Amino acid sequence: MTAMAPTRIPRRFLPVVATFAVFVLTFGAGSVRYEGFASGQVVANLFIDNAHLIVLAVGMTFVILTGGIDLSVGSVLALSTMIAAATLQAGWPVWLSVLAVLASGSTLGLLMGLVIHHFQVQPFIVTLAGMFLARGLCFLISVESVSIKDPAFRAAATDTIGLGGGVVITYAVVVALLVLVAGAYVLHLTRFGRTVYAVGGSESSARLMGLATGRAKVGVYVVSGFCSALGGLLFGLYMLSGYGLHAVGMELDVIAAVVIGGTLLAGGVGYVAGSLVGVLVLGTVQTLISFEGTLSSWWTKIVIGVLLLAFIALQRLIVRRGPGT
Amino acid sequence: MRGISIGFPGVKALSAVDFRLFPGEVHALMGENGAGKSTLIKTLTGVHTHNTGEIRLDGAQVSFTGPGQAQEAGIATVYQEVNLCANLSVAENILLGREPRRFGRIDGKATRARAAELLARIGLAIDPGSTLGSHPIAVQQLVAIARALTVDARVLVLDEPTSSLDAEEVAELFRILRVLRDDGVAILFVSHFLDQVYEISDRMTVLRNGRLVGEWRTEELDRMALVSAMIGRELGALAEVERRGERHSPGADVVLRAEGVGRAGAIAPFDLDLHAGEVVGLAGLLGSGRTELARLLFGADRADTGRLVVGGTPVRVRGPRSLIARGVAFSSEDRKADGLVADLTIRDNLVLALQAARGWARPIPRRTADALVAEFIGKLDIRPADPDAVIGTLSGGNQQKVLLARWLVTRPKVLILDEPTRGIDVGAKAQIQKVVADLAADGMAVVFISAELEEVVRVSDRVVVLRDRRVVGELRGGEVTVDAVMTRIAAHPEPTAVAG
Repeated sequence: MTAMAPTRIPRRFLPVVATFAVFVLTFGAGSVRYEGFASGQVVANLFIDNAHLIVLAVGMTFVILTGGIDLSVGSVLALSTMIAAATLQAGWPVWLSVLAVLASGSTLGLLMGLVIHHFQVQPFIVTLAGMFLARGLCFLISVESVSIKDPAFRAAATDTIGLGGGVVITYAVVVALLVLVAGAYVLHLTRFGRTVYAVGGSESSARLMGLATGRAKVGVYVVSGFCSALGGLLFGLYMLSGYGLHAVGMELDVIAAVVIGGTLLAGGVGYVAGSLVGVLVLGTVQTLISFEGTLSSWWTKIVIGVLLLAFIALQRLIVRRGPGT
Repeated sequence: MRGISIGFPGVKALSAVDFRLFPGEVHALMGENGAGKSTLIKTLTGVHTHNTGEIRLDGAQVSFTGPGQAQEAGIATVYQEVNLCANLSVAENILLGREPRRFGRIDGKATRARAAELLARIGLAIDPGSTLGSHPIAVQQLVAIARALTVDARVLVLDEPTSSLDAEEVAELFRILRVLRDDGVAILFVSHFLDQVYEISDRMTVLRNGRLVGEWRTEELDRMALVSAMIGRELGALAEVERRGERHSPGADVVLRAEGVGRAGAIAPFDLDLHAGEVVGLAGLLGSGRTELARLLFGADRADTGRLVVGGTPVRVRGPRSLIARGVAFSSEDRKADGLVADLTIRDNLVLALQAARGWARPIPRRTADALVAEFIGKLDIRPADPDAVIGTLSGGNQQKVLLARWLVTRPKVLILDEPTRGIDVGAKAQIQKVVADLAADGMAVVFISAELEEVVRVSDRVVVLRDRRVVGELRGGEVTVDAVMTRIAAHPEPTAVAG
């Protein structure tokens, strides 16, 4: 085993590397075909347009690593835009509004996590319930779209940071990347993170090893709830409105991004960096199709479907050959 | 531990058992399947909580609500089935939950260094950074022991630690245990290998049916007395099989023939004829290709070369179904992973196999199912004799019997048994061996795989010897003795170090 050539990429990184290759390929194809595609701003826009998706994907990676799933993220995101818009309209200061959003998202996550862990219900069902609940709560606040007019919030949405060469990014991108780094740090360098991987590998073993499996299982849903709320704030910055029909079906895009990013749905294997690349692949496909102009935007869904199948097949191949080094 | 009782729904697993452990001593916990050994251990290690009685550690009463607490208190456990996470690195598996930290973050470098130190202490030369799942089971087991060493253990519990180790690894394990014992650690050792128990233990406690039979110093209890205490009767059943001196010469009809079947990296091409009414043993060391050979016969893996002929007609192997359809059954060595559906009852598990054989369109009348289930529960002495007992609550030996019954209900012509007696006790072993002999007498061809040579020799009419993933010899009739098999296995010295 140790005699293997050291230059070979460890098998556990293969899916991430494959995703990255797909990203480079699609982006390269776009650059060859369309003038102006290979510009720094197009790359920056990938991040700007998908900042909320990156944040959701980080949270979802935590959940999927334990072998769970969180279907509520899209609805919680919509609810967060709604809470933000409604509280700001009611004249709350921005900081209080943000706090309320983050607290409500995390609390929803905590509740779902507790139900999943203590009643041993499948995460699919519990988060499905959470999804309907959050979506319903949106319309309890308002059935109409509520626009956000708070000047500070608007400033945060439109202000940009120059990266030189005329390339600009929004603050939302900075937040998303910070979340990404924090997610990677927690997963790889804290006991909570390692327990998440252990639970995904074998929950009963992790329990017998004396790890705090319950805390990890509940914790990942709190993380995901928090990320959904934060993603909601970023989405609110992007849309400058709160609306109950925002982000319908987005949970599935997020799951697709995470899986394309190489995280095993069964849990235990995956990286947040992979999820980032997964989001970028999705974004690139979308950009390609908008550059094409004449294609229906639904082609994005078709391409994502094909990619998803391809990556799941790839994962199966890797798993069947055994988790080697 | 004093007067511990514990109950599961429907089954009383332990009643008023007293048990004591002394520092600097290896204590063997003995008993048949379902005697309550695993339950006692799980109570001691905080997995189960006891209904009555108390546990005292160094004189102070303790009560654990989880395995983490027991480990904090210095009780480390190595379980029979490797309970580690195959997706993580070796170093992480050793130190998970106890990693060295700097400013709250895990210090990866220190973790690997500490793991390397512990691996060195038990003499295991593997890269701590490698993924655990890339190592064979035996190595994973040793990693589990290295993990147990990380807690400053005062009590080390080993539940069947040697069931997947070869002789050399067992010797290594015992060396480590003696070092720990001399350091004053109290060691609780559970094993079904009597030789090992006598070699390592200082004291023994015997349980039967959830009750305490007694506690002896090892030198005061001879083997016959121990076995009698464990099974609560004389060794009749065992002797009966033992007496089966005459070996069948193979009958005329070949049920299954393998011609030059082989698979690269698994086993070199081999020829094998299975005759109706004979038991063919596969003998060899761990990793010699026993299981690989069996999996090819069953079509679980695809052969690169050769062909299988069943009942005179060649089979196009498209997977196990091709062979199941022709009356070949395979009982796997890993009953936890593939074989039984742990959440279903005994009846459900038996009916599943029968239903699969009949096709989904022909439901099985309840009365037929009940009769069948009752027949096999009786025949194999499955305990508890309750068709509605959930498999997961049964002991290892009884689960193995249900697995066996599951294949028997389909009335196969060829039965392949991979390690059917692993991790189960003497009494149940004897029963399974007897069932195998009876089945062969009824005209079934049986392939019997076991790591225990004595057992293979006792049960088989013919023994195929494997070494280094190659068939190296065949012994038949009067030639079949432990010595002869050993000579074949050792004909060329084995390259040492399976681990690595």
